[in-house]
Amino acid sequence: MPTNASSPAAESVGGTPSAHALTDVTASDSTLRRFLHGLPGVDAVGLEGRAASLGTRSIKTTAKAYAIDLAISMVDLTTLEGADTPGKVRALGAKAVHPDPTDRTTPATAAVCVYPDMVATAKQAVAGSTVKVASVATAFPAGRAALAVKLADVRDAVAAGADEIDMVIDRGAFLAGNYLKVYDEIVAVKEACGASARLKVIFETGELSTYDNIRRASWLGMLAGADFIKTSTGKVAVNATPANTLLMLEAVRDFRTQTGIQVGVKPAGGIRTTKDAIKFLVLVNETAGEDWLDNHWFRFGASSLLNDLLMQRQKLATGRYSGPDYVTVD
Amino acid sequence: MSDKNDKTERAERLSVFKTYKLYVGGKFPRSESGRVYEVSDSKDNWLANVPLSSRKDARDAVVAARKAFGAWSGATAYNRGQILYRIAEMLEGRREQYVREVADAEGLSKSKAAAQVDAAIDRWVWYAGWTDKIAQVVGGGNPVAGPFFNLSSPEPTGVVAVLAPQESSFLGLVSVLAPVIATGNTAIVVASEKSPLPALSLGEVLATSDLPGGVVNVLSGRTAEIAKPLAAHQDVNAIDLAGADDVLAKELEIAAADNLKRVLRPQPVDYTETPGIDRMTAFLETKTVWHPTGSLGASGSSY
Amino acid sequence: MASAFEYAPAPESRGIVDIAPSYGLFIDGEFVEAADGKVFKTVSPSTEEVLSEIAQAGEADVDRAVKAARKAFEKWSALPGSERAKYLFRIARIIQERSRELAVLETLDNGKPIKETRDADLPLVAAHFFYYAGWADKLDHAGFGASPKPLGVAGQVIPWNFPLLMLAWKIAPALATGNTVVLKPAETTPLSALFFADICRQAGLPKGVVNILPGYGDAGAAVVAHPDVNKVAFTGSTAVGKEIARTVAGSRKKLTLELGGKGANIVFDDAPIDQAVEGIVNGIFFNQGQVCCAGSRLLVQESIQDELLDSLKRRLSTLRLGDPLDKNTDIGAINSEEQLTRITSLVEQGEAEGAERWSPACEIPTSGYWFAPTLFTNVTQAHRIARDEIFGPVLSVLTFRTPDEAVAKANNTPYGLSAGIWTEKGSRILAVANKLRAGVIWSNTFNKFDPTSPFGGYKESGFGREGGRHGLEAYLDV
Repeated sequence: MPTNASSPAAESVGGTPSAHALTDVTASDSTLRRFLHGLPGVDAVGLEGRAASLGTRSIKTTAKAYAIDLAISMVDLTTLEGADTPGKVRALGAKAVHPDPTDRTTPATAAVCVYPDMVATAKQAVAGSTVKVASVATAFPAGRAALAVKLADVRDAVAAGADEIDMVIDRGAFLAGNYLKVYDEIVAVKEACGASARLKVIFETGELSTYDNIRRASWLGMLAGADFIKTSTGKVAVNATPANTLLMLEAVRDFRTQTGIQVGVKPAGGIRTTKDAIKFLVLVNETAGEDWLDNHWFRFGASSLLNDLLMQRQKLATGRYSGPDYVTVD
Repeated sequence: MSDKNDKTERAERLSVFKTYKLYVGGKFPRSESGRVYEVSDSKDNWLANVPLSSRKDARDAVVAARKAFGAWSGATAYNRGQILYRIAEMLEGRREQYVREVADAEGLSKSKAAAQVDAAIDRWVWYAGWTDKIAQVVGGGNPVAGPFFNLSSPEPTGVVAVLAPQESSFLGLVSVLAPVIATGNTAIVVASEKSPLPALSLGEVLATSDLPGGVVNVLSGRTAEIAKPLAAHQDVNAIDLAGADDVLAKELEIAAADNLKRVLRPQPVDYTETPGIDRMTAFLETKTVWHPTGSLGASGSSY
Repeated sequence: MASAFEYAPAPESRGIVDIAPSYGLFIDGEFVEAADGKVFKTVSPSTEEVLSEIAQAGEADVDRAVKAARKAFEKWSALPGSERAKYLFRIARIIQERSRELAVLETLDNGKPIKETRDADLPLVAAHFFYYAGWADKLDHAGFGASPKPLGVAGQVIPWNFPLLMLAWKIAPALATGNTVVLKPAETTPLSALFFADICRQAGLPKGVVNILPGYGDAGAAVVAHPDVNKVAFTGSTAVGKEIARTVAGSRKKLTLELGGKGANIVFDDAPIDQAVEGIVNGIFFNQGQVCCAGSRLLVQESIQDELLDSLKRRLSTLRLGDPLDKNTDIGAINSEEQLTRITSLVEQGEAEGAERWSPACEIPTSGYWFAPTLFTNVTQAHRIARDEIFGPVLSVLTFRTPDEAVAKANNTPYGLSAGIWTEKGSRILAVANKLRAGVIWSNTFNKFDPTSPFGGYKESGFGREGGRHGLEAYLDV
């Protein structure tokens, strides 16, 4: 990367940090391409080895209790099905506000995540709580629609009260090398979010396929103004993995060093157990650092994870293993 | 099955017969055809009804073997070695059963049958040790005349159909099967037509040895009937004709030419001898990789 | 590391291992007292607690052990290879079964983190026996001609940094090829070798095939000098290695030596930076840097020095030093007071010579032998810390401008054991690797070991190879 004059490393971080230092990289398709391809490469074996080695951290007792509550507070409790109904969404909202009806000390989840047409219902369901409403938009999950349609999708959700928008990038454009198109689209969506909604940018890492692509997409998303970068839709074969999340954590860490701007990370899909969730929190702790150990900066996109967290929480409280009959089904 | 034979003499208790089934994709199906045939010992006493596999069973076995190939060939050689050794451990624990089955099948005395079984167990150990060594013996760097790194490595050829020897029902079977899977191929074995019981029982051991389902698939029936669709199958990469007679072997070799299967012709083998490496190399491809090395800098300077 | 997410202690249970108050020498299948009745204590370097009292071998014991090995040799070497193989497979399996117990034991006696003994040492030990087990009946295929013969009695002296792994590297190929063994473990780490003696008994290994003689340097010297030893294998310091080479001079003893190193870890400007940082950390802080092939010299391309050092320092700040039995510990104790003194003195010299010393903030336990991860910048080839093997968690950072210069600096040492190359460019990896005078070159990784992969040094790092097909040669009469 240092051989490339426009690479982040070559730029000094002195003075007031801002993404401004990097604005010229988005001046044209070719400058953007040069910048993204000048990022340091990723050695897949090394990356996966590091993720696996952090996966061996043993989190016990007080640390485990802390991690479980933190994880619960970071869950974007999600339902994204064709069969979603107002009843289902209301139940989800109620669960997000009080995940464990038998124990009111249980923290609320960060958000519920629904399709745009369910945002209003969700808002009502979580009214008066800290729980935010996130909505997927931009023709989720494939993203194969005209920009105007995607923007209308976003504006709809924002108008209905969505606090957060989870958009998908145009993977086809990305894989075809049209980085500027992807960038412009994110900028447009960010604008459509207005001042009120935070924007999460979903890469669908399983479709980007290579780690080099995931690093490039991360920087592309952050340059375009993402508040969060998110692994995946949960709708393809490979979703969040420790390795791709570690890579994205490195990206937000480096981006903040470079620009002073902090961006959140959201792994989504495939995280089902407390053990998995804690491994991700260890990744956060030892890669991006404790500044990200907060649901403003880190989220889990998940549905079944919450019940496992609750059962483990009950285990810590009572000393005996809980069972599925002791957590709520929604 | 001597316990079946002397049941009338000493039995207050009636023994439980085993239903012999195929072993395909890690499961134990009956033949889809619903057919069975009678298997007898060397003195013509009935031993069991075993599945008479059809061409569709063969087809299913190929699908299972292909499905298993990616993971098995991609497993580390160390891992494959451990699993082959585990097979030996599991066999050792069921040694008596195999001694009985081999004695019945081949009309051997108990001690001669035991020698066959012991040799078969040791053969798994022999091939367990080969998994991570064969590449060191048949692969290596090549000193090409140019600034290139050049390395040849053996790779498994793919799905291998194995016609097990007709006479040596167990030691022969193991001797042709183990080298095929040791290197990462997956196999469809057609058991000895006359004496399939040890082969069918082997499936039970394989299923409990951490061997992934589909790596070995065992079919019983008429060798000629099953072998023909296998030899002609476009998704089979190689065939070992050990259990075919000369006429059948030639016919199968002609069929195999259609997709240029690697063919190991039948040859006289003393299965009690320590094998060489030829049954492994018969089902290996050699892949050679070139990569430039070049000089260190634009100046062309070098040390 | 003060953080909101403070990991609670997660100690591995010590109860899994039962250490007897005293151990004898293992000669001819029995545990026996030393002839002169001498004993020594082995302590846990993280607490200085005495773990056990060990019989201390002397010259008379060496003679007794060599005689036992000689006696056992006749039958052992005459066994069919397939039978010797099965003994070694048994040993491999028993090690796998008892691996957690042995990992805890090794951590107690050596001071290295349980994470390493559990995830690196023990799996490699079992794999090594498994690998060489398979060779025992395949020697005809090993490329040394038909029916290659064993040498006889192998005298083996091993170090304290990987006690059981070095034992495996020595004993597995020796037995597979039909030799018998007299092995002396290091005086600070005798326990796992003595547990191995018990494993030999569980495996039913014939008496006298393996003899274990805990003791000091004098016992090692006696093993090397014994006239009825046919093969000497030593892993340890270059100074002792040279002494051994002089001792065996003029005899017919076959000799292999795995000695010191001052490995260069070369990071080019196009390296995968995050993985390179991991590789540097693994290269020098694995086993507290007490590794002969450690990447103790970081050669970084000058254009990325600042960026790389920032990343490296940030990463070092996350290393967790402390109780080696805690599953989250990254850096354990230094093996002995003597070693700690040596590290301390070399580091002081580094400072005195003007190099800049840096360590992350970390709490050092009050008892035991500890040294914080340390990094020296502004180091030049002329500094002692760039030339001498420190054998501790101390990294010397040097810079280079061009690949030529990187190679010249990397090779500018009497050692030649290991080196690392970090670049995304394949042809550069191979070109640089071609020029490096070292026995093991890791590209975009570091400190990787495998029983199939030969290991050993150029120049004063010793000669002969352990591991792989090549490792058989040291124990065959070829």
